[in-house]
Parts: sequence; structure tokens; C-alpha cells
Amino acid sequence: MAHFTKATSVKDWFDQRLAIDKVEKVMMSEYWIPKNINFLWAMGMVLVVTFTLLLVSGIFLLMYYQPNVATAFDSVNYTIMREVDFGWLWRHVHGVAASVVFLIIYIHMFTGIYYGSYKKGREMIWISGMLLFVAFSAEAFSGYMLPWGQMSYWAGMVITNLFAGGSLHADGLVEWIRGDYVPAQAFLNRFFMLHVLLIPLAIMGLIGLHFAALRIPHVNNQDGEEIDFDAESKKYLAGDKAGSKVMRFANDFMAKDMMVVGIYLIFFFYLVFFHYDFAMDPVNFDPADGLKTPAHIYPEWYFLWSYEILRPFSTNIGLIAFAFAQVIFVLLPFLDRSPNTTPASRRGLFKIWFWAMLVDMIVLTAMGKLPPEGIFSTIGLVAALTFIGLWIVLPFITKMEKKA
Amino acid sequence: MKNNSRRGFMGKAFGAVAGIGAIGSLYAMKKSWDPLPSVKAAGFTTLNMDDYKENELVTEKWRGKPIFVLKQTKEMMEKAKANPKDMDRLIQIGDSHFMVCVGLCTHLGCIPGYNPAEESFLCACHGGMYDFTAEVTKAPPPRGLDIPPFKIDGNKLVLGEEGPEYKKMLEAGITLKV
Amino acid sequence: MKQNKEPLILAIVVFFTIVTYYLVEPFAHSQMHKHVESEGFEYKDLPELTKKGDATRGKDLVMGAGGCTGCHAITKAGMPAPMDAVTAAASYGVNPPDLSNAGSVYSAKFLASLIKNPAHALMVEHKFDASKGQMHPMVPFYGAGGDMDQEVADMVAYLESIAPKGEELTPAMAYETACGRCHANHYEKWTQIGTKPTFKKKQDGLAFDTKVLDYQDSLKAYMGKLPPDLSIYIRSRGEHYIKTFVENPQNYLKGTAMPRVGVNAEAADKVIEYLEDSGDTKRHEREAVGMNVMIYIIIFAIFAILWKKQVWRDLH
Repeated sequence: MAHFTKATSVKDWFDQRLAIDKVEKVMMSEYWIPKNINFLWAMGMVLVVTFTLLLVSGIFLLMYYQPNVATAFDSVNYTIMREVDFGWLWRHVHGVAASVVFLIIYIHMFTGIYYGSYKKGREMIWISGMLLFVAFSAEAFSGYMLPWGQMSYWAGMVITNLFAGGSLHADGLVEWIRGDYVPAQAFLNRFFMLHVLLIPLAIMGLIGLHFAALRIPHVNNQDGEEIDFDAESKKYLAGDKAGSKVMRFANDFMAKDMMVVGIYLIFFFYLVFFHYDFAMDPVNFDPADGLKTPAHIYPEWYFLWSYEILRPFSTNIGLIAFAFAQVIFVLLPFLDRSPNTTPASRRGLFKIWFWAMLVDMIVLTAMGKLPPEGIFSTIGLVAALTFIGLWIVLPFITKMEKKA
Repeated sequence: MKNNSRRGFMGKAFGAVAGIGAIGSLYAMKKSWDPLPSVKAAGFTTLNMDDYKENELVTEKWRGKPIFVLKQTKEMMEKAKANPKDMDRLIQIGDSHFMVCVGLCTHLGCIPGYNPAEESFLCACHGGMYDFTAEVTKAPPPRGLDIPPFKIDGNKLVLGEEGPEYKKMLEAGITLKV
Repeated sequence: MKQNKEPLILAIVVFFTIVTYYLVEPFAHSQMHKHVESEGFEYKDLPELTKKGDATRGKDLVMGAGGCTGCHAITKAGMPAPMDAVTAAASYGVNPPDLSNAGSVYSAKFLASLIKNPAHALMVEHKFDASKGQMHPMVPFYGAGGDMDQEVADMVAYLESIAPKGEELTPAMAYETACGRCHANHYEKWTQIGTKPTFKKKQDGLAFDTKVLDYQDSLKAYMGKLPPDLSIYIRSRGEHYIKTFVENPQNYLKGTAMPRVGVNAEAADKVIEYLEDSGDTKRHEREAVGMNVMIYIIIFAIFAILWKKQVWRDLH
């Protein structure tokens, strides 16, 4: 049984009941971070900030948005953009953050791949992170439906059709997902529910899991060095701050997190106010028309690489390749057979693999947007095959790697 | 916290700057909750006062609230003249006098019913009563029905605009601001 | 400490971000959309006006032998429309414009060509081929007996003399004359037959809507489809596209029924301003708030950097 004494201060009162001192230590001041890391380790905090911006702006959009096929478009473009004070601000922040969050996710992912931060006890960090990627993708897609513009409608049409499974002709499944033969009222309402409730709940749960997964193995460092956190933290607490290999999360690393966040926000708000078209596609400012497909339809940029893996093949092979691309990243910790947790630059063939994968995904992204004709088709096909090939050779080249 | 308290001056300064940003965004958030311009623009209702018959209660709508309009009969006018407090509550347009009030009981906001035979209002919720000028005659309502801001424009009455007659009533304490 | 690798890492991240951005935005769009340069509303294919017009003689022609007022209203000169918009559209396909503002909305050169050969000036000869008996609803002016070029110049001079000058021409007037008889703009409550008033009685509102629908039926039959509502075209198409499209619709849509509008450069700017007001209403607020937020966030970043420097001083 706990023993309570008369509180000496408000803080003490709470401390006896909620152990805030202990919580503060576990989460902040004695959550030890290696010193040997660079600004790429701040991307987690950048993502937290961006997610917060999405949440807050989303709350204000939710106050005026109407999930009805007759009024959705004007509730966004008239009510929110023209009538609501600062409605345009929430919409621009929401739209730009939804796009930029994927840029940061990709940087975060490739950082993890480069430094081998998915190995030796860090597998669950990677897996929970990839689940977050999937949840964010679903969140982005469902949100894209809501303004009910031309791109919303036709993206809804095309992506739900993927679930027909090519020759399987699972049209029943497609209709079940839509709740109608075409994207219509039922579809808009359920995607609205997914966007504002179910998927955000999943995302928040997964963020908790992602953080928890980080606790036991600790964050990786620039050299993949195994650090004795107990010994190093004792050294720090004994006063040898400079000599210890670790630092506190707060305020030590947090100060750097905030520095990176500050610089990131300059870039972010510049986009919000002065350069937003890339994130708010002009085509989606035409109201949905089920009888007219826009001349060029393409997903938002962050889906382009997987879209391009689907595109160059015939329906069935394309779908298989697409499904492969969706799940393969999750399996990375198990496909990488090397015993080394070191940066890619010191891992022989894997170094080439890393840069080839990065460049290949950028090529796929570019080709996914360009019209699928002529040379672009060919480049797209080669890049898609390269993507698959790279994953096939990964276990072999990593197996060959010598123990460092 | 104790071994980590050397946040130092810059930490506090940074916290202050971040706080200013938070307050700035709170301002935008507050503004987003304000009624929309279209809602405010719809806050005016024009009544044509020739349309009403004596001792026949008509309920109009202004800013989503019921508005009682009751054209006074000669007998009512005589009774009202005997009681200056009643007289002050009436709006004169041409030769006619009107009772124009927000039809929500000043007690807890129910809509009182009118009984033309008795020329009085009864609020079914808690038994409050009002006379034909909507002055309170029986508690619990603390005061007569409130008069909406109005402006006389010939034989028309514009609800939502504050004319001189309304301002006078407000100053005299005949009604509270709605 | 080892050598600081962060600048190199940052350079790599920025490099790949910019390459990706360049490929999916400027490059991809340059491949997807044809780029059309504006010719500054010069209408170089049309002949220059060679004669100097006289407004007084022009007035007689416009009101008399020119026959303009048989179809066009000139409210400014006290000439009402011969028929209401719905009936006019049923007869001609579209309501002929009130000429009160024509002199300041349309280019003089374009007006002169239009009077002589409407289908040619409007670039709709593919639809109205006189040799096949497809006549444009606007009857060409065949001359009133004198020097035809002079007569046309006189008529143009008259229209210019009555038209509002400079800032007197409001964005709404420019839009209504140049675009508004085919394109609604429901964010500005504009319909093809005028601004929709607020009706107290539902029947009156429905009667107005019925008129609009009747007008739109005639327009649909005339144009092949209903011309789109332009409420937020400024966001869906952008200024450059709208301007170059209006200058010559055939540039983008070969064979489109949309005529060349013939606006002059000043009126085109007014039309753009109108479209910005309807589709990007808060642009000025966005820019002003944007500047303040940028200033704030730079200060925020500076304080964050200073804080980091202080905290990290002890760590090395």
C-alpha cells in the first residue's frame, strides 16, 4: 500500500499520486540519447510537430466541412475558403502538411535504412514505423476524397477499382467498399468517417507503439555502435557531461530537435503561404463530374512510385507487383541477412543497393506522374523491374557481407 | 527536474517566443469560431405592418428566434393608456400600435402561448404569465418579454437595426438588449 | 570530435528533395501541358484600324443604318434590349451583349473585324461556314453606302466614346460583358441572365431559376455543352492559362465552340481580378498574414538555435 504524507507543495501533491518526477525522468531527463547522432535523428520530432499541425487544422476544417456530395465541394471552397475567418489558413496548413509529412516520412525511412536502424532488436521500431506509413497513406487517401473535386472522385474510382483484383473480378468487393456502384454519397460518408475517426485513432495508437518500441533498444547512432547506456548515463549524472557518450532527451536533445523544427517550420510556412499548388492540385478545384475524366490523372506525389510499379505491366502482373511494393519494405529487417549494424557506407554492396534504391524510387516517382507514353513508359518499366530486382538480390548481397 | 533545472536564460526566452506563437494561433482559432458573414448578413428581417389583424398573434422569425407580433385593439389601447408602463412597450406605426417581442419566456426560454379571449400569455413550462403588451403579470419570469432591436421605416419594421425608438426603450430600461 | 558531417548530409537531403520536386512538378507539368505564350491581346492576325473614327457619325450608324440596336441594348445611350435575355437566347443561342461597355472591354481592332465578319473575328469559322450556309447569328455589316472602313471606324469610335474609361470599368462589368452571358459564377451569385437577387417568396426564386435553366438550355444547344461555372477557375486553371485561353481558345482546344473573346489587355486584367475575387478571395490576407508568420517563425528558429547552442555548450 502506498503511504501518503501531507503534501509540501502542489508539485509534491501530484508527485505522490501520479509519480510525475519518475515519469519526467523516464520520458525526458533520464531518457538517454547517444551523442553520436546528426540532425536526421530529429525527424521524429518534426513528424510529431507536423502531425500536430494536421490535427489542429483538421479540427477547424471539421467544424465547417459537410460530408455530402451536393455540398462538400462548396463547403470547402466557398464556406471554408471565403466565409470562415482564417478558414483558408487551416485548409492550406492541412493540405501542405499532408504532403510535406510524406517527405519527412521518406527521409526518416531512408535514414533508418542507411544506418541499419531496423536490426538487432530494433525490428519492431521498423515494423511499427511501416505500419504508420500504411496508416498515413490511408489517411491521406481518405482525406483526398473529401473536397469532392475531380481528382477526389477519379482517384476514388481508380483506387477502389484496384480491389477488383484484376482477373478475379471481385466487383462485389469494390461495390462493398464504395457502398454504391460508383463513388457517391455512401462512399463519401464512410471515407469521411475513416479520415476523421478510425484511421486517426489507429495512427495515435501506432505512434504510441512506435515510441514504446524505441525504449528497450534505444535509438541507433551514426556508427551503429553498441553503447552501455547504464555506464554512460552514470558518467553523465556524475557530472562528466562532456565525457559521456550519452545525453538527456530533455533538454539536451530536445534543444536540437527544436532547432531543426524551427528551421523546418520556415520551409513549411513558406510553402503554406506562397507555394501551395504542389500540395493542392489545381485539377481538384473542379467539382466532381462522374461523366468526365480529367485529361491527366495521377496520385499525389508520395504515391507515385508504387503507382508506377503498377502501371507498366498488364493488369494482373501489375497488381501483383503493386502488392509486392506495398508489403516488401515491412520485411526489410528479415531480408537483410548481414550481421552488421553499420552505416551503408561501410557495408560494401549494400552501399550500392541503398543509393540504387533511392534513385530508383525517385525515377519511379517521376515516371508515375509523366504521361505513360514513349520513352517515359520504357524508363518506368525498367525502373519497376529494377525495384523488384533490388529486393530479390538483397538477401544474397547481405549474406555475402563479412562480419565487421 | 532538480538536476535538470539549468534550463538557463535561452530556454526561457525560447519558451516565451513559442508562447507568443501559441497565443497568435489562438487568435486565429477564436476567429474561426465567430458567426459567418452570411449568418450575420441574414440577421435582418423586414415586417410589413399592414399585414396584421387586431388581437391575432402572428409568430415571425428573426435570427432563428420566434417574434410575437400582436396588433392592439381599441379596448387594449384604452387599458394600456391607463397603465403607462404598458404604453411604453408598444410600437406605433401610423395610427396603429403593435406589441413586437421575442417570444421566449424571460424565465428559462420556453415559448408562451397566447389566449386571445383572455388577451394574455401563459408559459406552460413554469406558469409565468404576461399581458397583451407582454408585460409580466405572474412570476417566475423576472420581466416582460424582450423587445428585439427595430427600426421603423414607413409602414415597415426592420428587425435587427436599432432605430431611435428602440434606443429610447433601451435607455428607459423597458427591455434588455437581445 | 570528428569532422562535422551535417552540412554534407543536409546537402544530400536537399539535393534529392529538389530533384524529386523538379521532376514531379515543373518538369512533369511541362510535359503534360502545352505552353502557350501570350501575345498581349494584340490580335496580330487581324488587320489594323487604318481610319480615324468619328463618334458623331458613328452614333448615327450604330443607331441607324448599322442595325446594331435591332439586337443589342445600349442602356447607356437609352436603348433598351429589344427582348429579354431568355427570349434572346432562344432566338440567337446566346443573349447579344449590351454595348454600353463594349468600347472599353473589347480591343478596337477586334471590334472592327467583328462588325465586318463576326465568325472570322470570333474564330468560329469551323462552326459557321457561310459557304455551307451556316450563318453566324450576328449579321455582318455590309456597309452603309460610303467608305466601309471609315464607317466601321466611326462605329468603333462611338462605342469607345460612350464606354466607361479607365477605373470606371469595374472588374464585374468587364466579366459580365466579356464572359457572363455564357459563364455563371455562383460564388458571386452571377447567372447567365444576371445577378440572382434574394427573394422572400420561394416561388419567385424558383421562377428565376426556371428562367436561368431555360436560358441554359438555349446556350447548351448553341455551344454544344453548358459553358462551365467560373467561380474558382483562378485556382483550377491559373491566370496564365485563362489569359492565353481567352486570347485564343483554339490554342488549347482545337475546334472548341468557345469564341475568341477579343478583350483588350486592360479588360483581361479586370476579368482576372474578378475571378480572383470570387475564387481566391482572401489572397491579400494570405499574403499579409504570410509575411507576419514568416517573420515570427524566423525569430522562433533563431531563439531555438540560440537555446540549442547554450544547452550543448556543456556536452562537448
